[in-house]
Amino acid sequence: MADGPPSMWAMADGPPSIWEWIARNWDTGRVDSIKNLLGDHLIMSLVPIVAALVVALPLGLASVRWRWLYQPTTGVFNVIYALPSLPVFMLLIQFTGLSKTTVIVPLTFYACAVLIPSVVDGLGAVPEHVRQSAVAMGFTPLRRLVQVELPIATPVVIAGLRVVAVSSISLVSVGALIGQGGLGMLFTRAYQNPFVPPALVGIVLIVLLALIADGLLVLAQRLLTPWVRARRSA
Amino acid sequence: MNWLLEFFGKADNWSGPAGIPARLLEHLEFSVMALVLAVLIAIPLGLLIGHTGKGGIGVVVTANLARALPTLGLLVLFVLLLGTASILPVIIPLVLLAIPPILVNTFEGIRGVDPELRDAAYGMGLRSGQVLGRVLVPVALPLILLGLRLSAIQVVATTTIAAYTGLGGLGRFVIDGFSTQDYASVVGGSVLIVLFALVVQVLFTLVRRMTVSPGVSQRVKVR
Repeated sequence: MADGPPSMWAMADGPPSIWEWIARNWDTGRVDSIKNLLGDHLIMSLVPIVAALVVALPLGLASVRWRWLYQPTTGVFNVIYALPSLPVFMLLIQFTGLSKTTVIVPLTFYACAVLIPSVVDGLGAVPEHVRQSAVAMGFTPLRRLVQVELPIATPVVIAGLRVVAVSSISLVSVGALIGQGGLGMLFTRAYQNPFVPPALVGIVLIVLLALIADGLLVLAQRLLTPWVRARRSA
Repeated sequence: MNWLLEFFGKADNWSGPAGIPARLLEHLEFSVMALVLAVLIAIPLGLLIGHTGKGGIGVVVTANLARALPTLGLLVLFVLLLGTASILPVIIPLVLLAIPPILVNTFEGIRGVDPELRDAAYGMGLRSGQVLGRVLVPVALPLILLGLRLSAIQVVATTTIAAYTGLGGLGRFVIDGFSTQDYASVVGGSVLIVLFALVVQVLFTLVRRMTVSPGVSQRVKVR
């Protein structure tokens, strides 16, 4: 110890504590401030979730309407789901460049692989007598779908959305390996420097984001399906 | 296409410790190692918790949390904390991330078995261990295998990313190629990993077809 070269510990104030590091890097005005990375991360994880819902709803509805569609659709998406994200990003770079789109597109496909079965299962959970009651009451097919079938399918669809939200939020960070990782950029920075605090901050923020998204979806389910609680308390 | 020809046509890429066969073997080795370790931990635990019904909520909560953990972050953190002297710092997160899908599906599979079926087995005089081994596990097998497949997908992907923290395997072509702007290597490596993942997928489908009892798989189809 004594006769070694002066180490980083010999510096006047030593390495910054994790709180100092956060304070110093939160808003530096540069693209890689924690604040900006957080924003990027939100965009790259929210867009796939919303886009997947927009794609999965009609595809799920079509699969329920025309049963033969279901097997091939889920088959294709299951194969896509099995593809590791990093090589898919790399292959997409040729077409979409080093942009957020390169991360957003594959994440949308992964999300669809989870959501389509959720939509189909959810609609499948609508009891036949309920469907027929709606028909007997003179509901048009569209009104029946919007006012009866989709509300009943909501809990199952939201269960799928929760899986999608949490895994998208954590998967975005892989994009850091092509320079588009949102908070994942903190991991490559930690590895290159090498310095632990950015890695810890990145992990904690990503897990927090995932928990918040999950909580919001649970809340959305309570608001969208009030009858579930009413039945339970009755 | 030209990149693919360049990558696969280069003789150097087919021999030596940095050649395609060696990297493929490494990828297989790390993936199998992680998956086997995860199976050894997750299956007994899942069977125990599913059969006794104790600690189920813990399993589900932990698994949800684990899904939120960013792979790359975990890899970097372990390597920074434990150093790169051995591959242990890389294998630990690989195994940690491989456990939840197997654990949850084993647990859900066992717990989801029709209670009447379970009671009938007890009624026929089977002991607890026999009920588990002869009735619950065969009926839950499709879900257990699904967990294994999801976990294998995860492991193949994570092994790829682990090349960033110095692990060998096919990810090396992609990561090294990207940092040296050798796009033939990036594209070639990516295609290899994608093919590797697809083969794993097909293998699991075959295993499922061969091991799941016909009676059980029919029930699944009805659903």
